[in-house]
Amino acid sequence: MNIQFRDRPEQAPAASVKTAIADCDIHPARAMPTELYPYLAKRWHEHLQTYGKHAYQGMMEGPPYPKAQPNASRRDAYPPEGGPQGSSLSFMQKQLLDPNNVALGVLNPLQTGQGLRNQDLAAALATAINDWQIEKWTARDSRLKGSIVVANEDGRAAAAEIRKRAGDKNFVQVLLLSRNVEPLGQRRYWPIYEAAQEIGLPVGVHAFGFGGNPITASGWPSYYIEEMVGHSQCQQTALASIVLEGVFERYPKLKMVMIEAGFGWAPSLAWRLDRNFERLHSEVPHLKRKPSEYIRDHIWWTTQPMEDPERRDHLFELIEWIGWDKLLFATDYPHWDYDDPSRVLPAGVSDANREAFYLGNAKKLYGIS
Amino acid sequence: MVRHVIAPVDELPPGTRKFLTIDERPIAIFNIKGEFFGLLNRCPHQGAALCEGPLIGLAQSSDPGEIEYTRLGEILRCPWHGWEFDIRTGQSYCDPKRFRAKAYPVNVEPGSAVVKGPYVAETLAVSVESDYVVVDL
Ligand code: FES
Repeated sequence: MNIQFRDRPEQAPAASVKTAIADCDIHPARAMPTELYPYLAKRWHEHLQTYGKHAYQGMMEGPPYPKAQPNASRRDAYPPEGGPQGSSLSFMQKQLLDPNNVALGVLNPLQTGQGLRNQDLAAALATAINDWQIEKWTARDSRLKGSIVVANEDGRAAAAEIRKRAGDKNFVQVLLLSRNVEPLGQRRYWPIYEAAQEIGLPVGVHAFGFGGNPITASGWPSYYIEEMVGHSQCQQTALASIVLEGVFERYPKLKMVMIEAGFGWAPSLAWRLDRNFERLHSEVPHLKRKPSEYIRDHIWWTTQPMEDPERRDHLFELIEWIGWDKLLFATDYPHWDYDDPSRVLPAGVSDANREAFYLGNAKKLYGIS
Repeated sequence: MVRHVIAPVDELPPGTRKFLTIDERPIAIFNIKGEFFGLLNRCPHQGAALCEGPLIGLAQSSDPGEIEYTRLGEILRCPWHGWEFDIRTGQSYCDPKRFRAKAYPVNVEPGSAVVKGPYVAETLAVSVESDYVVVDL
């Protein structure tokens, strides 16, 4: 019998998946704060050094709640060469893409120009992050695809950035965050939807962001755990606004992805909207269909957080309502609430649905052959 | 059950941990203030390398507003989702009935006993004068 000694444990996950998957929520990070400088005009280097960023969130730079783990990330995700979790392509390949057989990985950078009061700086940062995504990530690994980051409070600048990337195969969606100055259906955001429809990319709405408003509908809560569950509340507000303002009437080809805010709440929100619509439709006569119909036709949902009820038939009923063709698997790598693809879906799913869940839906939505 | 000789005691001083693979099972041995513990290095939740996590204490509360921080250094927190496990027993604190990390008994044996067996120690040169960390598996 042999005993092998190892200084460090193996990095590969205990159980890796054999069939190819899509991971629709990966967070790339910068190894150093200045990593974006090559993509920014000199004028902005000086501005950042002199004035900083001036976010909608008052008096602070970092996130509004402590994150439980450093950088809200897995503790085993520090790259060996140093830098924060998610900042090394080679380590991401070794730890996430290769062992999990990831065929398509959608990048969602979170530290963007979103949430800044200076809209010119926001637009410059968005452009820089998009260039950085190409050069550091998508051009070096064809499995990875970027999300077009925009200065989302300035609809016109955002639309210009989106159109600039039209036809660029490095990008597969436009990225917004859920916490904004106003609910996401408002007119100031319409140019974003118009441009996204025009260039044929879905708009992803990822939880988080700085909007200058408290992070719940009744103020600032005490705990990080409240922020975590508050993401679904914020996403519901965004979705109701998008539907009721008639975004899908105006942009009928627009597809949207709700990212990292769960999906278990979707049926009850839709039922409630429909019930009120029976009496109140005269208030929103621009809507030609029931709210639930827009939601079912236009919305895709990423997993992570994957709903985890005690009885798996409850989960399957939820998914029946949403549609097996509308769920996109996501790990949320490198963040601490990461989902392992080999462990996330309970048994009892047909092969066709399993394939759609892990890969097929994402390929279709993002136009990857 | 087979007893495996892991290391001479002085190679695993307090505060250190050693990762190894025995019978294809990833295992970690911890020395916590002179006491030795062994755990399967695989989290029962989603399979992370559990033993890479930090050793912390346990925040407990008998009443709202009364918070006690106990068992300092005896609770292992998973590097992924942060579930907490008792290093002594493998018991989880988030859902003790459904989840438990596999714990292995670890002992210290004198070299004279180790040489006699029934221990497996093919990669170690064992000397009668030292003490050895031994795990049952
Ligand atoms: S894998 Fe250990 S807590 Fe989830």
